[in-house]
Amino acid sequence: MLQLEKVYKIFNEGSLDEKIALNNINLKLENGEFVTIIGSNGAGKSTLMNIVSGGINPDLGKVYINDSDVTIEYEYRRSKLIGRVFQDPNMGTSPSMSIEENLAMAYSRNKTRTFKIAVTKKRRSFFKETLKILHLNLENRLDTKVKFLSGGERQALSLLMATFTEPSMLLLDEHTAALDPARAKLITNLTKEIVNKFNLTTLMVTHNMQQAIDLGTRLIMMDNGKIILDINSEDKKKLTVDSLIDEFHRIKGSKINNDNVLLS
Amino acid sequence: MPTAMFSAIEVGIIYAIMALGVYISFRILDFPDLTVDGSFVTGAAVAASLIAIDVNPFLSTIIALIVGFIAGCFTGLLNTVGKINALLSGILMMIALYSINLRIMGRSNLPLMKSNTIFDNIKTIWEWTEIDVVLNKLWSMVGLGDPAPKTWSIIFFMLVIIILIKFTTDIFLKTEIGLALRATGDNKKMIKSFSANTNILIIFGIGLSNSLVALSGALYAQYSKFSDVGMGIGMIVIGLASVIIGEAIVGTKTISRITLAVIVGAIVYRIIVAIALRIDFFEASDMKLITASIVIIALIVPKIIGYFKNKKSKELRINDYINKAESKVEISQSEGSD
Repeated sequence: MLQLEKVYKIFNEGSLDEKIALNNINLKLENGEFVTIIGSNGAGKSTLMNIVSGGINPDLGKVYINDSDVTIEYEYRRSKLIGRVFQDPNMGTSPSMSIEENLAMAYSRNKTRTFKIAVTKKRRSFFKETLKILHLNLENRLDTKVKFLSGGERQALSLLMATFTEPSMLLLDEHTAALDPARAKLITNLTKEIVNKFNLTTLMVTHNMQQAIDLGTRLIMMDNGKIILDINSEDKKKLTVDSLIDEFHRIKGSKINNDNVLLS
Repeated sequence: MPTAMFSAIEVGIIYAIMALGVYISFRILDFPDLTVDGSFVTGAAVAASLIAIDVNPFLSTIIALIVGFIAGCFTGLLNTVGKINALLSGILMMIALYSINLRIMGRSNLPLMKSNTIFDNIKTIWEWTEIDVVLNKLWSMVGLGDPAPKTWSIIFFMLVIIILIKFTTDIFLKTEIGLALRATGDNKKMIKSFSANTNILIIFGIGLSNSLVALSGALYAQYSKFSDVGMGIGMIVIGLASVIIGEAIVGTKTISRITLAVIVGAIVYRIIVAIALRIDFFEASDMKLITASIVIIALIVPKIIGYFKNKKSKELRINDYINKAESKVEISQSEGSD
């Protein structure tokens, strides 16, 4: 469970470039909820993700995960509870290490790392079993260094590494944006499958409105550091891209007549 | 000449320990750590000072290793907690260690001529086995000429030590902490997202690296029977040269291959220097220049080779493409004429 309470974040305070990235954000995610976030560039989506992951601390407000206050807890400690997949497929894995070593590293997430050998026989067969979820035949390439994998394979592996230890939260930061349409579709389907399998509480940022509608149980639209739209599961099923754009224009007072601002 | 090669290998193995340390900081942690120039002397100074007051040489060497670890941890602290650039933290620590080393030794040069070193101890035990007699007979039999090496004990002892260190390093880099350490150098943001404290890992890793460097310094002081405050100058470049030469010769496919490469590189480096010094034109004082030249060549030549290789394969690819396109046109033309 995730809860954000009156969160504010201001960048470049006191200078000409001052920008309120998050303006009084209140958000509560129940266990197993899958929330997609859309919004134009600079709306505050990435800042929101970073506040949750601990990359940056809020200027005001509180962050709770599983009812414990993690507002100022270090990023590395918080990440015991949070799985993350980044936009850049190179970001989520260690290129010079093999697939099994990457998985072993991720496997230690919620444990204390020791001087014991990381890839044991028992773990290797567990990794093999786990990799089968991806249907990419990676289970037969455990020794391959990750730098020899394609972008899609790498992102699939990142997704698995972020999730197979069943964290309390999963953060997906435009994790299909850097892939070609076929690969993006593959990762989207895998995301659906894996989130369902482990029943993960998920927060996903995307630029793709169709993806935001297709995936998840709840949709949030952000603009200028505020949550301007929050659509729950029942209404979300009826949602189309057009109705979403209409809604956006209605809220913004049709100030913007160019859809690209939202879609870009 | 063979005798000169023999001592080049002995020193090469001692330097290999230092090169493994440099490999950990430079390659694994991606941290250009210049502490090495200071911590090598720190190891030598600590061991020499203790041995000079008749402390057991094995114990002295281990203490030198621990002091090196602490020195490295300070560099790591400057970089992580102090948020000072990696290069600068190393330089600061190197300069600080210069004074500390003088304090440890009490003067700038400490001879160990009359003291009992690790190698003296080993030699005493070794002579009792009389292996030397047999090996020296072999030496003259294969026609390597006189004089035969004074003792084989040093080379055997150093081989045992380096093999021990190599395998420990290999295993360590495959442990959970070892994996996290490698990931820290590879992709810091990622390993943070897997709940690893990169600050602690960097401090520990640089400490580990410098403990090896100090061990190497301690052994070198006992081998050459003196410790000098200036003996560490350019050590980092020698370490780097060893790593680069080794990687080029042996390759980098697996971890155990790379550690082997670093050791081979250090020995080859010493042999290159020994050969270079036999050229009349060079003097012993030119060694640093030779070292720097080796590193520069080792850094630039692979790039030039890579450039030409790439150019050639590109030409081939393009020719291939053009040929295919032409043959397609021909086929379609011939089909059209039918």
